[in-house]
Order: sequence, then C-alpha cells, then structure tokens
Amino acid sequence: MKKQFQGILMGAAVAVGLSSFAGIAISAEKMVYKSGDRNSGYTYATKETQAIQDDDLGNPAYIYVDDGAALWSKVDGKAGKSCATCHGVESAMLSDLATRYPVYNAKLGKMQNIEQKINQEREEKMGAKPYKWESGQMLALTIYMRNQSRGKPMNVSIDGPAVPFFEAGKKYFDQRRGQLDMSCKNCHEYYAGNRIRANMLTEAQSNGFPTYRLKWQKPGSLHRRFRGCNSTVRAQPLAYGSDEYVNLELYVAWRGRGLSVEAPSVRN
Amino acid sequence: MGVRILAVLALGVVLGFAFNTNATAAEKLVNYMVKDGAIAKSLTGKPGDAAKGRKVAIDRKKGNCLACHKMPIPEQSFHGEVGPDLAGVGGRLSAGQIRLRIVDPERLGADSIMPPFYKLAGLHGVLKKFKGKTIISASDVEDLVAYMMTLK
Ligand code: HEC
Ligand code: HEC
Repeated sequence: MKKQFQGILMGAAVAVGLSSFAGIAISAEKMVYKSGDRNSGYTYATKETQAIQDDDLGNPAYIYVDDGAALWSKVDGKAGKSCATCHGVESAMLSDLATRYPVYNAKLGKMQNIEQKINQEREEKMGAKPYKWESGQMLALTIYMRNQSRGKPMNVSIDGPAVPFFEAGKKYFDQRRGQLDMSCKNCHEYYAGNRIRANMLTEAQSNGFPTYRLKWQKPGSLHRRFRGCNSTVRAQPLAYGSDEYVNLELYVAWRGRGLSVEAPSVRN
Repeated sequence: MGVRILAVLALGVVLGFAFNTNATAAEKLVNYMVKDGAIAKSLTGKPGDAAKGRKVAIDRKKGNCLACHKMPIPEQSFHGEVGPDLAGVGGRLSAGQIRLRIVDPERLGADSIMPPFYKLAGLHGVLKKFKGKTIISASDVEDLVAYMMTLK
C-alpha cells in the first residue's frame, strides 16, 4: 500500500490568513494531520489543494464561517431567541464540540450529530423551523460551529450507552454493499493511497467536514459524502440523518481520533 | 454458496420449479460450474469477441476495469492502480481462471475488492434500478475473456 509523503508540516510555511471576523486563527503548525496510523485526507491531497485549505482567505468555504457566525446570533422563531441568546456570542462550548459529536442523547435513546442538535434546539428552544440538510443555512452554521474547534483532536466517546451504536457503525463500514459489492473498508482501508481512475483513495476521515469539494464547487456534509460513496457502488443511499448514517458517523469519527478538526477542509 | 448448491439452484430454475425467492433473478443467470478455481466453459457456449471486450473494459457503465487496473489501452488516461497491471494476464492465467475472476472473484477465497461482474446472490442494499441485474451480461464476460487472452 502506497503512502504519500505525510504532509504534517507542509502547511507550516504558508502564512495562515485571518478570516474576516469569525474564524479563529490557527497556525498550520498546530494542526495534527497524522495521529498513530491515521492520516487526514489532507495528507493525500495535492499540494495545490492543501494550499487552498491552508489559506483561510483563499478557502472558498470560508465565507460560510462568517455566514454561520451571523446565523448563530440571528433571532429566529416564536421564542424570539438566537443560539447566542442562550450560549453567548463567543461560546466556550463550541471550542471542542466538533471533537465530541455525535453524542448519545438519553432522551432520544440514540446518537445525535451536530445537524440534528441544531434542529432540536431550533424546534424546542427557539420555536423555529428546522433547517433542511445541505441547505446553505445548515452548512453555514455547522461549518461555523465546527470551525470553532479547529485544531482540536477528534475525540468521540464510544463507551457506555454509545457501545451498540458504535458497533452498528462499524458493521456498516465493513459490510459490502451495492451491485459492486464493496465495503467502505475495501476502498478506504485496504486501498488508501491508491488511485481509482483519477481519484486518490483516502482513509475516509471525517475531521474536515463539512468539506469544500472542488468537484462539488460547494461545501458538503459528511452524510452527503456517505450518499455519494453508496451511489458509487450502486447501493441505495440512506436518508440524511438516518440512524445508520449517524452510527456510521460515530465509527468514522472514532477511526480518526487524534486528528485535528479541519473544518472547513478542502478536498479534490 | 457452494458450487453444487448454485448449480442445483440454476438447474431447478431450468426445470421450472421456483423454490427460492431469488428464483426470478436466478433465472437470468446462465448456469456455470466452478472447478479448480476456474469456469472452464463459455457462459454463452461461444467464444467472445476480443475487440468488443476491449470496449467493455473501457466503458465506465460496463466493465470500467480501468478504474482499478492498468491496461495496454494508451488512448485512455488515468488507469487505476488498485488491482494488478493486466498486461500479460493472458499468459499468466487460463481463460477459465479469468472467467471466474470476472464472474465472482470472492469465490477465489480472497477478501477481494474486485466487483463480482456476473452475480446476483448475497448482495446488500443494491440500488433499485440495478436490483436483479448483473453488472455486465454473459456475452460481455465472454468478450472480456477473449480480450484478456490477447494480452500476452
Ligand atoms: C468504490 C470505492 C469507494 C467506496 C466503496 C467508498 N468510498 Fe468513500 N470515497 C471514495 C472516493 C474515490 C473518495 C474521494 C477521495 C477520498 O477522499 O478518498 C471518497 C471519499 C470519502 C470520504 C471523504 C474523506 C475526506 O478526507 O474528505 C469519506 C468520509 C468517505 N469516503 C467515507 C466512505 C464510507 C463511510 C463508505 C461506505 C459507506 C465509503 N466511503 C465507501 C471511494 C469509495
Ligand atoms: C474496484 C477494483 C477493481 C475493478 C473495477 C476490477 N478489478 Fe480486477 N482486480 C482487482 C484486484 C484488487 C485484483 C487482485 C486480486 C484481488 O485482490 O482480488 C484484481 C485481479 C484481476 C485479475 C487477475 C490478475 C492476475 O494477474 O492475477 C483479472 C484477470 C482481473 N482483475 C480482471 C478484471 C476485469 C476484466 C475487470 C473489469 C470487468 C476488472 N478486473 C475490474 C480490482 C478490480
């Protein structure tokens, strides 16, 4: 299995720009792109793509950080509240949120990811309509929230009540599916670092999501990526936010433990 | 599923008694026998057409073999590197071995990433529009085998 040069310090020489107001400036040196045997998709990306990610001013997803910050403070719904009303404009809770989610939600009796948490808060606390998955608003707010944890190590809990959901996620990852009969593991563990036609296969790490894909010309959620990979092997994609995908999200996040949150990352 | 069970199933369908929910799907599959890591007989009873096989290998909606294999097809860019280079494969393997490898590589025992191009049983969550369909037809398989045998 071929491994590319591990670009841990590759971005170090690139001055990282400050985003206009919402982003936290993180110097590239602090980013951990390799933890144990786990490598971020960043390490497999071309130098050109890495450079786009390293420069917040050049990263086309960065306008979403600003838009998301505005949404965080925007009053919406019957209760006349915004996220900031309860959590403050600069919320300490956000500093590691992306490292911890998805989390077990006792009330629901299952795992909940950030998109679902946002909609739960909107409906229950704000009396506002839920955002649609992949809508500009949902992407902006999730990008803003995850970006606040940038540079922190992925660290989901897979103990206690999370155990059966973690197991289900692993099972989904390992299960062959679709007419092409391939598992996530087939492509992303056995052949990471090899090309499928023009695409370099990576380890399917989720630390950069929502990610700006040059091919999409737009940022996309992790569940959009799951749906894309399902379709590639001619398998039935599941619904955004389906239990199976949230469990898969948990497993994938655990696989990337220790890698820095990169949101919004840039990928080919 | 063992060789015999599969053969018996297909035979049952030929004889017209449906004793398996997959029977309608299985009806479409040509019966074949696996012996010593090979399917010796042509699935169509005829030899394939190598020129057509080359096209099937390129076609992204059919074989798309180039996704994973380097092949002596210089006019196509971006050959994949997941599988072995297929230049010379006709010298390394017999037609029967290549046929089984294309039909159902998992039967070779390995935890192979290569898709089973002519198989219906044991698949999970297949997209509706591909349900009950093999990736390629029996004659596509034969055309590919004929093409592979020219790669010496
Ligand atoms: C046929 C091969 C194939 C299969 C099977 C497959 N993927 Fe992918 N996947 C790709 C390709 C190609 C890409 C784009 C390059 C890359 O990042 O690996 C990708 C990208 C990803 C990424 C983005 C990684 C990043 O750093 O941006 C994730 C996450 C992912 N896949 C998860 C999955 C999961 C989960 C499954 C199973 C449900 C799966 N994939 C099945 C081919 C595949
Ligand atoms: C998703 C990847 C993938 C695709 C698509 C694919 N293969 Fe393969 N192929 C492999 C791998 C990997 C191997 C090595 C053995 C293994 O791991 O199964 C292989 C092995 C082979 C071999 C044996 C080569 C040798 O020297 O032993 C032949 C023949 C072959 N493939 C033909 C084809 C043909 C014909 C197609 C298209 C109809 C095709 N493959 C499509 C991945 C693929």
